[in-house]
Amino acid sequence: MDERFIPRGVQRAPFWRFMAWIIPWFGVLLWGLYGASLCLYEGLNQTNMDNRFAFGLWIYLDLTVIAFGAGAFFTGFLLYIMKRRELQPVINTAVVLGLICYSSAIMVLMVDVGQPLRAWFTFWHPNTHSMLTEVTFCLTCYIVVLIIEYAPLVLKNRQFRNIPRFLVFEFELHKLMPVFAAIGAFLSFFHQGSLGGLYGVLRGRPFAFREELGIWPTTFFLFVLSAMAAGPSFVLVITRLVERLSAKRLVRQNVFATLGKISGMLLTIYLGLKSVDTLVWINGTSPSAGFPAFEYYQRASFGTWILFAEIVPFGLVPALMLLNAKVRNHTPLLVTAALLVLAGVTLNRFVLTIQTLSLPTLTFDPFLTYVPSWQEVATFAAVIAYGVLLYSISFRYLPLFPQEREIARIER
Amino acid sequence: MRTVTTARSRYGMVIDLDRCTGCGSCTVACSVENNIPPGTENVTERTGITWMRVYEADDGKSFPDTHSVFVPIMCQQCGNETPCMSVCPQNAVEVDPATGIVGQIPERCLGCRYCMAACPYHARYFNWWDPKWPAGMEAAMNPDVAPRMRGVVEKCNFCQSRLHTARERAASTGRTAIDPADYVPACVEACPQRAITFGDLDDSDSFVAALAAGDRAFRFLSRIGTEPKVWYLSSREWVRNLSDRVVARTRKENVRG
Repeated sequence: MDERFIPRGVQRAPFWRFMAWIIPWFGVLLWGLYGASLCLYEGLNQTNMDNRFAFGLWIYLDLTVIAFGAGAFFTGFLLYIMKRRELQPVINTAVVLGLICYSSAIMVLMVDVGQPLRAWFTFWHPNTHSMLTEVTFCLTCYIVVLIIEYAPLVLKNRQFRNIPRFLVFEFELHKLMPVFAAIGAFLSFFHQGSLGGLYGVLRGRPFAFREELGIWPTTFFLFVLSAMAAGPSFVLVITRLVERLSAKRLVRQNVFATLGKISGMLLTIYLGLKSVDTLVWINGTSPSAGFPAFEYYQRASFGTWILFAEIVPFGLVPALMLLNAKVRNHTPLLVTAALLVLAGVTLNRFVLTIQTLSLPTLTFDPFLTYVPSWQEVATFAAVIAYGVLLYSISFRYLPLFPQEREIARIER
Repeated sequence: MRTVTTARSRYGMVIDLDRCTGCGSCTVACSVENNIPPGTENVTERTGITWMRVYEADDGKSFPDTHSVFVPIMCQQCGNETPCMSVCPQNAVEVDPATGIVGQIPERCLGCRYCMAACPYHARYFNWWDPKWPAGMEAAMNPDVAPRMRGVVEKCNFCQSRLHTARERAASTGRTAIDPADYVPACVEACPQRAITFGDLDDSDSFVAALAAGDRAFRFLSRIGTEPKVWYLSSREWVRNLSDRVVARTRKENVRG
């Protein structure tokens, strides 16, 4: 039915099966849009956030997906700037994943702020001292870069390639990709860092507050590094998942191994710096602000296990696994290690967003907990559904994996 | 981000916790003065708006030896590296260099709530609902204060409308400086115990400056380094220890909130 839109030389599921996959996700999208529209129409009283939990599920997951989306800029940087040609087979999928992650985060933010129509005020009255201003500027610019990077991919659709003007446009855009990769890397470095800086500058929250290196708190650099470690792992996990779901080999094993190696090396550097940062914070930064660090871990749900989990099973273990060549060549172990990396980054974002806000500052202030409302969950489910839909459509109609045709030919 | 202080005045407050009975008059007066709407039926302690909130704390001992204290907490008007001002992405928080008062511009606020996460005193409130007043109650609203809309953050500003009124009064009589008696926030006026004193902390002759310099004076979370302009007084050591987590813990007083 839609064969003429499917890239030449690749096999895709029958149209009815594709629809059977798409329709439930479309249902989730509609449910989520209903939840989001309630938040926009009735107000944020539809959420379970409150004056203490000013941030909730949305900000936490925004930070997480933006870290995962780092695969786009980092793969582009390695491929176009560092000339790591072995990453060519996953650059398209990395761009699509980046676009999905960043556009989702921006959409959720538009529901999360109390006055979304005033979003432009940040450009009109910018506070140049605010990390959030830097995030807003860089995110806005970077989403444009991602759209530009996605455009040539769309123009590679079989039907678009019949239009000579589009062919020329795609060719010209493609020549500019190293420039956009460099811009993307520059912008991403700053907004990934500033997202970490958001918490590191919170002098009033000694759980999150960190010392400065230069003009940035240490969380700036830790966020950049952890996002660069998570990005390749996310590309790896999603590519492997798509291989499983579509029952096809899409890239060669050496590509997975390269992604795993990059992720492992960056995670190791991150872990070293994070350990130093944690020790400085426990022994210096926090006590000097009047907050003994051990107090933070005396709450039932937030014991020291959370710090241990972040550094050892979700840090050291996957780092050692990914640094081992045998593990990298064993797909199930490689995917497990990549999943552990993603779990570690997810936990890190959770700790900085939710744990920071739940801990009291005043001595007579209670420890509070927060459980998101169904509207919050639905809104985020809509974003997941949007991501699945956009990726599924891109996978079906665009040549996401340049090696797929060749692998299929060899296997036949 | 350092706060620029070219202040002609540095307004501050001193609250005597030994006098406070927790009656809540200050909270009511604050709400009436600043057009804070009554909560909706779904509002909770965590989603309501109380620019001035009275906490209760005790010394952790069992009855009948227990002692308690009421602590009114509002924006502490941080004077150094004001946390909420430095984080606001669109300059919706400003420190008036002439008075040191930390003001909020609701018309510019995006409602991102980053300032709320930054505030160590949990003294900032978000409008989770549309403000609504019961029929007839609108007539009692303060015409000098604009109500805030849904989706923006608000907080204590030392009754800035009263400062403007005092300035206008001074200008109308040809004076360039306001009479200290002309400008007193509503909570100060309402407190039946006269537990709250307000004035210019930089004026060494003022009563508020003398109280803030006394032995009984302390500030909450002073080690964070934000230099709040709200001081508290107490002769009781365990109450003064409430200001600091380390001291409260090492004195083994097991303070409960």
